[in-house]
Amino acid sequence: MNTGIDVVQIQRFGALYIAAARLRSMAKWKSIIAAVDIGNPLFYLIAVGVGIGVLVEKGSGTSGTSGIKYIAFIAPALLANSAIAAVMDETVFPTIEGFKWRKLFFAQNATPITGRQIALGVYLSALCRALFSVSIYYVLLLAFNVVDFGPSVLLIVVAVLGGAAFGAIILFAAAIIENHDQFFNILGRLVIMPMFLFSGTFFPLSSMPIYLQPIGWVSPLWHATELGREAAFDYGVSTLMVSVHIIFLSVLVVIGLLLSMRQFERRLAK
Amino acid sequence: MSKPLISVRGLTKVFGDFTAVDGIDFDVAKGESFGLLGPNGAGKSTTMRILAATSTRTSGTVEILDKDPEKFGPLVRAHLGIVPQEDNLDGELTVTENLYIYGRYFGLSKKFIKAKIEELLEFAQLEEKRDVKVQALSGGMKRRLTIARGLVSEPDILLLDEPTTGLDPQARHILWDRLFRLKEQGVTLVLTTHFMDEAEQLCDRLVVMDKGAIMAEGSPQGLIKEYSSKEVLEVRFGSDRNKEVAPQLAQMCERMETLPDRLLMYTEDGEKLLEQIAAAKMHPTTSLVRRSSLEDVFLRLTGRTLIE
Amino acid sequence: MSAAVDIAEKNKSSAMYAGRPQVLLERGWLAFRSSNWVPVITGFVEPVLFLLAFGYGMGTLVGDVTTGSTTIDYTLFIAPGLLANSAMNGAIYDSTWNVFWKLNESKLYKTMLSTPLGPLDIALGEITWALIRGLVYSLGFLTVVTALGLTPSFWAILAIPAASLVAFGFASFGMAITSFFKTYQQMGFINIVLLPMTLFSGSLYPISVYPDWLEKVIMALPLWHAIEMVRAFWFGNLTSGVLVHIGYFLVMIALGLYVTSRRLRALFLR
Repeated sequence: MNTGIDVVQIQRFGALYIAAARLRSMAKWKSIIAAVDIGNPLFYLIAVGVGIGVLVEKGSGTSGTSGIKYIAFIAPALLANSAIAAVMDETVFPTIEGFKWRKLFFAQNATPITGRQIALGVYLSALCRALFSVSIYYVLLLAFNVVDFGPSVLLIVVAVLGGAAFGAIILFAAAIIENHDQFFNILGRLVIMPMFLFSGTFFPLSSMPIYLQPIGWVSPLWHATELGREAAFDYGVSTLMVSVHIIFLSVLVVIGLLLSMRQFERRLAK
Repeated sequence: MSKPLISVRGLTKVFGDFTAVDGIDFDVAKGESFGLLGPNGAGKSTTMRILAATSTRTSGTVEILDKDPEKFGPLVRAHLGIVPQEDNLDGELTVTENLYIYGRYFGLSKKFIKAKIEELLEFAQLEEKRDVKVQALSGGMKRRLTIARGLVSEPDILLLDEPTTGLDPQARHILWDRLFRLKEQGVTLVLTTHFMDEAEQLCDRLVVMDKGAIMAEGSPQGLIKEYSSKEVLEVRFGSDRNKEVAPQLAQMCERMETLPDRLLMYTEDGEKLLEQIAAAKMHPTTSLVRRSSLEDVFLRLTGRTLIE
Repeated sequence: MSAAVDIAEKNKSSAMYAGRPQVLLERGWLAFRSSNWVPVITGFVEPVLFLLAFGYGMGTLVGDVTTGSTTIDYTLFIAPGLLANSAMNGAIYDSTWNVFWKLNESKLYKTMLSTPLGPLDIALGEITWALIRGLVYSLGFLTVVTALGLTPSFWAILAIPAASLVAFGFASFGMAITSFFKTYQQMGFINIVLLPMTLFSGSLYPISVYPDWLEKVIMALPLWHAIEMVRAFWFGNLTSGVLVHIGYFLVMIALGLYVTSRRLRALFLR
């Protein structure tokens, strides 16, 4: 009997089907996504541009930021951070929803689509969302004259890579978590917030006491930020460190994704 | 007869242009077990919410222990034990804590509640689960705890909205047993249900509701006697043939209802009727003789089944 | 007659208030004891992280800050602002997400209102609970700041009642706003409002750096009043302007309580 369902096709492109379904459901939230993706950068750029940036340049000029205007100094960090926030939203919520709240994954898994494909699909759709957020941010950076159009386009790539590294790990965490009562709290206040503050976002990591610097070393945000600064402004990061940053982020992507796919498969088989 | 505990006259509730309850009257006497039987959407839960003083009426009068729940909300609620349809236990707390804090909502003293908790845990058969978070309880346990919770304040009236919906048969029987005990202790029960077996088991008296109105009132047995025959013969000829044979069969009994999958024939003697059918050379694929139930009463009154 | 009826008759309970908001605190404590301590701990950690990050990091970039006629070290400058901010965050968490959950998911308030409790009991109880949380955060923060030697004098302790007023105001107002929200999307708008308010209200730098019109807008926001009030008590700099800040919060509290109890009544007793 020909039902019009091509199993081979599904086996090959299942992850893309899942990603497409996720993107469709994101579209339902488009007003809030747009508000966050435009509002957030706007507020930061204005607050920093007219607020703390003024203060910093009055205080120490650009000597603390390797000669870069303060707002330009933090721009790559803000960009990478917005990628991370976007990826987190689009992996954590759908994953917990899929396993627990609405158990959507179990329904999807009842088709020829595998757990691995679901994990990959959710991940890919989150990267799409990150690319969207970061692109808007980049356009605003151009509009505010913070960066010049040119090699700085690489900022988009670097930011999405940072988001991808963090997202792969957080996808795994969300797939493990059984009791999510306090998950968002711990994630928000003990992971995201410290990462945001201690990744050399607002000041060079080296100005921190040495015992606080390791937070930056393990943080995808720091690696992405350093890469971004080098890409956009020739910040003076050595070639060795550039490769360290790229390798670190890529390793997180690969390990996180492999662990996530295995965990999705196991949990759906339970 | 002493004054009724609950007295409802011309009760109407309108939401926008939808009339949920349409001018109903009933009384509930002290110690009685009173039921509102009807399908989903008949207006039972709305009526319950009005009795519980958590919803206002559009028109009519309601008196609970001589008080209008709309004017004396908190006082009326102090007389009531509420068991809502959905389990709304406090998921962050344990079994004992749920009972304790609910008593505190009524302003009861800690000493009073502590003693009461022991009694209620035994009643709900939850002694071994006393320190367990309620999330970990089964559906039946949760419902028993919800009933126990409603009893913390020693209410005069216990309002139960669909007490066994969603429970498995075994859990339902345990629950019925518990409610029966309360009845024996003289607690006034008011319950809604769309299960006719539940209404037959638990209610001394009931009203049959449909589309916001009361269709009939009486004891389960009285209603069956009034609106149905003694026995029912259910026959199936297969979904295609049922319609074909219906006119001929209708001649043979007092009354007949044609359902999509079977024919219900009302008669005083089911076996005899079955023999007649066989004699007429009609051979149903299955047949069943049973006594009439509230389901038949409802079918007679509304032309529809209770559970659709 | 049962004890419950006896109590209800003696109280002559009105439809709005049974005079028992303290049972909400008792419930809060029971829930806190078993599961809710994580957000409290994390809520305390957050301002400390901010202080470390901005104190050490930004401090080196900014140097000293001049407000009015005084010039002080940057870390000293931000401490009271962060205190006000943490009081706000603690109160907001309890009175928005927590309340949203109890309104729409766990239906806790609905259950409470089927007992003799009234809407005002719930509003007062929940807001007081949020206030206590805000107070605990403030005390914790003050302890850390004192240990770091950043308190100007013993009188900084007066900033605690000020921070409590801040917590009370935001809790009351937050709960009122939340009572209108039905979906998680709408809840997202709370963050969209909070972020710019936090960025602009002058916890991290004096608002005098802004253009005039922006300064005026910010002076209308509650967080600015909160920060200025706490800062005034912190430095013992008590002018008549403090009365305006106090008045602002008293109005906020009254308005929040009024709206919340009306809304609860409209939602559950109709």
